[in-house]
Amino acid sequence: MKEYQTITEISGPLVYAEVDEAIGYDEIVEIETAQGETLRGQVLESSEDVVAIQVFEGTSGIDRDASVRFLGETMKMPVTEDLLGRVLDGSGRPIDDGPEIVPEERQDIVGAAINPYSREYPEEFIETGVSAIDGMNTLVRGQKLPIFSSSGQPHSELAMQIARQASVPEEEEGGDDEEGSEFAVIFGAMGITQEEANEFMEDFERTGALERSVVFMNLADDPAVERTVTPRMVLTTAEYLAFEKDYHVLVILTDMTNYCEALREIGAAREEVPGRRGYPGYMYTDLAQLYERAGRIKGRDGSVTQIPILTMPGDDDTHPIPDLTGYITEGQIYVDPDLNSQGLQPPINVLPSLSRLMDDGIGEGLTRADHADVKDQMFAAYAEGEDLRDLVNIVGREALSELDNKYLDFADAFESEFIDQGFETNRDIDETLSIGWDLLSMLPKDALNRIDEEFIEEHYREDDSEREVLEAAD
Amino acid sequence: MSKADTTDAVEDSGVIQSVSGPVVTARDLNARMNDVVYVGDEGLMGEVIEIEGDLTTVQVYEETSGVGPGEPVENTGEPLSVDLGPGMLDAIYDGVQRPLDVLEGKMGSPYLDRGVDAPGIDLEEEWAFEPEVAEGDVVEPGDIVGVVEETVTIDHKVMVPPDYEGGEVVAAESGSFDVTETVVELDNGEEVSMHQEWPVREARPANDKKTPRTPLVSGQRILDGLFPIAKGGTAAIPGPFGSGKTVTQHQLAKYADADIIVYVGCGERGNEMTEVIEDFPELEDPANGNPLMARTSLIANTSNMPVAARESCIYTGITIAEYYRDMGYDVALMADSTSRWAEAMREISSRLEEMPGEEGYPAYLAARLAQFYERAGYFENINGTEGSVSAIGAVSPPGGDFSEPVTQNTLRIVKTFWALDADLAERRHFPSINWNESYSLYKDQLDPWFEDEVADDWAERRQWAVDVLDEETELQEIVQLVGKDALPDDQQLTLEVARYLREAYLQQNAFHPVDTFCPPEKTYLMLTTIQTFNDEAFDALDAGVPVEEIIDIESAPRINRIGVQEDYEEYVEDLKAEITEELRSLY
Repeated sequence: MKEYQTITEISGPLVYAEVDEAIGYDEIVEIETAQGETLRGQVLESSEDVVAIQVFEGTSGIDRDASVRFLGETMKMPVTEDLLGRVLDGSGRPIDDGPEIVPEERQDIVGAAINPYSREYPEEFIETGVSAIDGMNTLVRGQKLPIFSSSGQPHSELAMQIARQASVPEEEEGGDDEEGSEFAVIFGAMGITQEEANEFMEDFERTGALERSVVFMNLADDPAVERTVTPRMVLTTAEYLAFEKDYHVLVILTDMTNYCEALREIGAAREEVPGRRGYPGYMYTDLAQLYERAGRIKGRDGSVTQIPILTMPGDDDTHPIPDLTGYITEGQIYVDPDLNSQGLQPPINVLPSLSRLMDDGIGEGLTRADHADVKDQMFAAYAEGEDLRDLVNIVGREALSELDNKYLDFADAFESEFIDQGFETNRDIDETLSIGWDLLSMLPKDALNRIDEEFIEEHYREDDSEREVLEAAD
Repeated sequence: MSKADTTDAVEDSGVIQSVSGPVVTARDLNARMNDVVYVGDEGLMGEVIEIEGDLTTVQVYEETSGVGPGEPVENTGEPLSVDLGPGMLDAIYDGVQRPLDVLEGKMGSPYLDRGVDAPGIDLEEEWAFEPEVAEGDVVEPGDIVGVVEETVTIDHKVMVPPDYEGGEVVAAESGSFDVTETVVELDNGEEVSMHQEWPVREARPANDKKTPRTPLVSGQRILDGLFPIAKGGTAAIPGPFGSGKTVTQHQLAKYADADIIVYVGCGERGNEMTEVIEDFPELEDPANGNPLMARTSLIANTSNMPVAARESCIYTGITIAEYYRDMGYDVALMADSTSRWAEAMREISSRLEEMPGEEGYPAYLAARLAQFYERAGYFENINGTEGSVSAIGAVSPPGGDFSEPVTQNTLRIVKTFWALDADLAERRHFPSINWNESYSLYKDQLDPWFEDEVADDWAERRQWAVDVLDEETELQEIVQLVGKDALPDDQQLTLEVARYLREAYLQQNAFHPVDTFCPPEKTYLMLTTIQTFNDEAFDALDAGVPVEEIIDIESAPRINRIGVQEDYEEYVEDLKAEITEELRSLY
């Protein structure tokens, strides 16, 4: 391995060095400073005599005499089942004072694309215990379903609730599936604050979830460039556990906004032509290379499910980060500041939220036969109630018809009973749907135009005392 | 395009000078623009996109990690081409026509490795060839010389390649051949096999482009009923994420009455492509009950697959479509999404450090889009048959803002516009096509067909529906301010009629086994039922019946269930009678 002391330019996170041999694109580089510190980086551009290197830890301390070593390989993640229960930094090095990790394999972190022909279509329901998700925007194994939030919202609490409660109701299905793969959570933090990180860790430790988890921590004061590697480390580990060791892996990535900021920083340092709002033109491709690593593969028992979290700058979902994400992921869950200020826990706004894979993951044998109809009717009724709220502000309740008033009551009860369950409550799907029927029974039977008559007969509460309670409650 | 197919044209090799993502520059490479080259020790497939002095710039269709300067670049001397011949249906390709099922076998892994190549059609599979010419016949370029049963649905016509001279047939035999073997020999020494190659960026020749006058019937009420597209027409479906672009495209692929479907998933989600791969073989072709895949060719270049192949997948798709058009078939091509294609162009362009146009897109964006859509149309082929290529492109405007360059440049070309609406999607009104913004410029030229085939008052009825919906839009603005009850009775009734139009007629459940496909006859009957309700209701109102009583009649809500009826004719007859009876009994 050749060492160079040929650095010609240092600019932001980038170092340019002259070389006299062929250096591969994406290759890993070590830079040793005069102080004896070793920094790691990656080749961003390679030409015959000069290479551009992005340095993960930042370039401070590097001078013209620093020595540059090219390791002749692309970045690898050492993977093993023993990673479960461990806490690593953003580059995959343990920071929990645990024993050294002996890898079973070292896998390329870039990860090749899964052949669409080899994929298996995700259609197995994951019960998160959160009604707004299970009932209205169901998550399935192998899906990528981001949480669209904004600063100051309790998205972390929601993510933790999902991580804690998520289970695959397999036993009830009569065990027709494989021998019951285990669940694992991989948590990738990118640029979150120490405080947030502590909250996550405390929750992990309190609930004992850590032993089935791998935690990657890139904190706010860690180098930004490292953030571009962290999710790839996370996903490489996830793929290994899912497709080699048969785990059902739930990946939580927070916060994707910080990741994209890091991409922009590198793009700017390279003087690239910027795309929308200064983000690089290849951001769609780059994000797709992360999100598309969710999925299932034919003939493998495990699965990778992703819940990336992103804070939308200015709560604007047309900002490039949520916008590009929404075009790649299979739906999104909106955390709504208004609902949050009303004290709803979790403050999920189901109307703009969507799970694209829901229709194939629910119904008879998966959740319940009436699930799809109940969901459609609740969406329609809640949307109707939401519309009427604007009107009520102008004309008052008295000016509205009886039916309209019922829709208004429905919308209120939907928020207080169905959505606002608290971060500690775990509801199974039967409970969720049963609450749904309680609410729908507030409406007259013939307003339920999206539900099959058979189900109305079976579930509609003609005059249920519970209904009275709900109406009185608001 | 397979490695074995290199000719002796301009073969040459050079050396990599620099690598930056999918863009590689090579020194000393003697190449023409758009030649296919093999890059690096692993032989990654690429295409020449710029030549400057001694340097040649190549876009590489595979991941370039680890590729470094000094590695060789080999020129094939041929432009990016597709293999055309039997075996393209029931196949699934990546953006450069490598069959994904074959790649899985060759790579022995569920991941796409690099540097593996495979021809677009199986060169060894044998097909039963039945000649349609005899010795002594004179054939010209494009002429059909024989037939192969490609799938249960489609007979594949074997044609003289367009770049042949043609001449007298000296040998033509029936029998079992692989696609490389000669099936017909001509007196000038030209040999016709079942296999052709065609450069993807070049349109296949045709005699004449005609005005399309037949609709591409989709079985979707809002499309057939209000905004029809012609066979040989072009359409754009723009919409923000979650508004149902892909479901609409899938519905078209499943139910449109084209002979052949070419479905291009350009920068799509992997799981969505898997859904297509899993679903289509099980679905029945509504025309003949055969598996849907028997008429379908899939091109899947998911968003995480290399960006350069995303740029080429649209061309690969349209070239395959044109080839079946040449056989005299009606082909429908769905491209989902053309925005990803445009973004791939932008990404490559920015790596080339070209001067950007609007929003960073290259200045040639509009030209490329126009070239693509112009390859659609209703054609008289060079062999005298008539065939069509309909092109339907999804557009994914950032933030759902239709003023962005890809949507705007597309709208300047296409003649049908199906605007998807996030508001409608949010209230689960599907398909969430906005009836106020959408349009079809084919309406007038297609009306005669609908009047002949379905009902002679087709156009009138449609106009009635459009008028009611327009009126509703205006009334809704007032309702937002004063509430529904403040409106006069007749306007309240109009709102009720419009509600049935929206909920029963415009909404359609793609996941319901019956409602998912609605033949034009049913579309028509549903509309007439709503109009019956309208006419009878207004008569009742004139006779002094209070509007609340009219709205509350029991039979009317059954209009919402017409969609799910299999025996709709009887149901509609009964329903019309009941509505009439019930309303007349009120006065």
